Amino acid sequence: MDSPANQNPETMLGPYRVLDLTDEKGLICGKTLGDLGADVIQIEPPGGSSARDLGPFYRDMPSGEESLYWFAYNANKRSITLNLESSDGLDMFRKLAAKADFVIESFPPGYLESLGLGYSALSRINPRVILTSITPFGQTGPYRDYKTCDLVSMALSGYMFLTGDPDRPPVRIGFPQAYLHAGMAAAAGTMVAHYRRQLTGEGQQVDVSIQEACAWIPTDSAIYWEMNQVLEERHGGVRVRPTTGAHMKRIWECRDGHVSFDMYGARLARNFMTPLVAWMAKEGAAPDFLKEIDWNTFDYFAAPPELVEKVAEPIGRFFANRTREELLWGGVARRCCIYPVVTPKDVAESRQLQERGFWVDVEHDWLASRIKYPGSCIRASETASAVVRRSPRVGEHNVEVYGELGLSKKELLTLRQRGVI
Amino acid sequence: MEKGKRALEGLRVADFSWIIAGPLLAKMLGDHGAQVVHVESSTRADNLRSTLPMKDNVSGINRSAAFARYNSSKYGISLNLAHPKGVETARRIAAWADIVLENFSSGTVERLGLGYEELRKVKPDIIMVSLPMFGHSGPLAMHPGLGSQLADLVGFGNLTGWPDRPPVSPPGAYTDFITPYYAMAALMAALDYRQRTGKGQYIEVSQYEAGVQFVAPLVMDWFVHGREPTRTGNRCPGVAPHSVYRCRGHERWCAIAAFTEEEWRSLCEAMGVPDLACDPRFVTVIARLHNREELDDVIEKWTAEHSPEEVMTMLQKAGVAAGTACNGRDQNEDPHLNARGFYKELEHSEIGRHRYLMPPFRLSKTPGEPSMPAPCLGQHNEHVYREILGLSDEEFVSLLNEGVFD
Repeated sequence: MDSPANQNPETMLGPYRVLDLTDEKGLICGKTLGDLGADVIQIEPPGGSSARDLGPFYRDMPSGEESLYWFAYNANKRSITLNLESSDGLDMFRKLAAKADFVIESFPPGYLESLGLGYSALSRINPRVILTSITPFGQTGPYRDYKTCDLVSMALSGYMFLTGDPDRPPVRIGFPQAYLHAGMAAAAGTMVAHYRRQLTGEGQQVDVSIQEACAWIPTDSAIYWEMNQVLEERHGGVRVRPTTGAHMKRIWECRDGHVSFDMYGARLARNFMTPLVAWMAKEGAAPDFLKEIDWNTFDYFAAPPELVEKVAEPIGRFFANRTREELLWGGVARRCCIYPVVTPKDVAESRQLQERGFWVDVEHDWLASRIKYPGSCIRASETASAVVRRSPRVGEHNVEVYGELGLSKKELLTLRQRGVI
Repeated sequence: MEKGKRALEGLRVADFSWIIAGPLLAKMLGDHGAQVVHVESSTRADNLRSTLPMKDNVSGINRSAAFARYNSSKYGISLNLAHPKGVETARRIAAWADIVLENFSSGTVERLGLGYEELRKVKPDIIMVSLPMFGHSGPLAMHPGLGSQLADLVGFGNLTGWPDRPPVSPPGAYTDFITPYYAMAALMAALDYRQRTGKGQYIEVSQYEAGVQFVAPLVMDWFVHGREPTRTGNRCPGVAPHSVYRCRGHERWCAIAAFTEEEWRSLCEAMGVPDLACDPRFVTVIARLHNREELDDVIEKWTAEHSPEEVMTMLQKAGVAAGTACNGRDQNEDPHLNARGFYKELEHSEIGRHRYLMPPFRLSKTPGEPSMPAPCLGQHNEHVYREILGLSDEEFVSLLNEGVFD
């Protein structure tokens, strides 16, 4: 089914409002609900969210209004400022919460309770409300009050242990990922609670542990231990077959960088090796022994290490003489997966993403600039899911939102002078 | 309170998906009480059924713990979609369902006669969720994809590793753990929309585009500045210390990061060298960044005398973020995950008693959890075809004999 971005102004979550109190630990949750059409109000402390200090920065100006990290995960939101540790601030938050459908937060466990804004207090104001809490280790358990950061969460997840060269320490993915996993798990869990609430009228609290969200990522190290008492190790850009000890390359050098090609499996060997060897043969790059292998019966699971190495040698030479683009599109034409190991530039220039109209050019008036944002990855036949609003400046929508509570501009000025907003 | 209720009770899901992204989504639905039917065939069983590890290292179609991990709380049936009556039966399953999931290569369901337009004819308000690798349009639409390599095409591969070495590329099917969340949010929103308007819809989540969300600021940096990041190992701009340190024992490591001056002083105290905090080489963050290698050496001398668990506990008690780089055994034994009941044991007829993971979100009033072990291939044929779909005895036997359930 062909599915260009839906132009229908109707959205799935248009009727609902989200109060988003999160910092970087949960921004992507509200952003995703916003992509689906919800009215998401980011509530920042006066002076702005700590996540505004995360780089990279527009023209390297780290002033709180130019974080590209902030831009990316706050599109489609409005922003208000509010000091929750003041009595006026608490009163205003309660009024907003009374009419909100969702509250998302990432404070340390117990903080909202200490303000009288825990789930039981919020549910008395608004029994329908769903409170989603994103924390390093969840609301319960012995580590509940421990600290985390991307590095620590990725370490505890078990994923880092498997990532990197064997002669170096475990290494994290070079751009912080842990909070994004937790934020998206929160978006999923929040919406499951929403489905229930629409049937029963009753909200609940959704507890998201960043540790648990990340514990899902390592595919099989925990089950290797559980099933076979085998500890998986890290092998850099190769895959080591536990059955034979054979080293199978995943990352290969090519003329202008690296490509990813997996020597893997039984059926996959047939699917990918048959067209690759035919391609190599046509270009005079396949030695006779390679052409003689019957890929229908060849099994990488069982192939001895020497044979795997012998197979890899001419493939490596073939790749080394070609560019990433030649290998990608040559592979596509033959239904063989040879992917470039790309940089952000390559993603920005991806023909696939461009032809799908993925990028959205968003006006940033105060920077006198247009900035390209990734579009939504959700496309639906009846409703729109899209980036329609640039990320907000600090407190940009104070007048608009607090106006709904009946506060006059004069009162807002007083509240600003008192450090409430 | 709604004691004992699950959030998604009453929801019916036909899961034609396979490998990880789709089945994981369906598992989360099943764990929350939806009635999920995982459809496979013996001629084209889920690839993960032949993926290691197997119980006791003995191969078998029902012995893969890799398959089990993503398929709790589902009925498993076999259905031969290459048989015309198989396709007809699949349509009956769709007519029963609220939701149909699939993640075949683009064009496959249409070719089978099970595309959205076909399924709408048998169930007008069906919600169909498709998780294609690249999306159903564009020059890569028809290209078969593998999650294990998609991470490289999104950029995670090149970002990861050391500045003086080639990229190491994160292992496993990384993007398969991103896509299901987007699909779940969209699916629940679509159910809300259906409740309000009576309309179903077709939802596509491109796994490639989902992955790009997780590197968005870097691509925006390219668009704005034409700037490309380099590999930095475990470093973080503006933060020191921020690394993974060798601990006592073989391949034992602990991650440590101090973001504030207070955390830095607490770290020095916990290491038993409070004066280090005022050492001119390390007294300011600028000095620490400048002397990062020396700083890491000092810390590693201390960590090398302790187990990672000791380092983690000492530092966390002092208010410093630290965590063991867990191996497979550590993951199983993690005291916090176990205290929170993250692993739930269920009895599987061939694997025996083994562990399933809880969903990564806990609902306070209607919590989800794995309720049934992963199904053996075709285990619930009789129950699903006869009790749920209501096939008569004669019909069931005749389809069985014709090989429709192969």
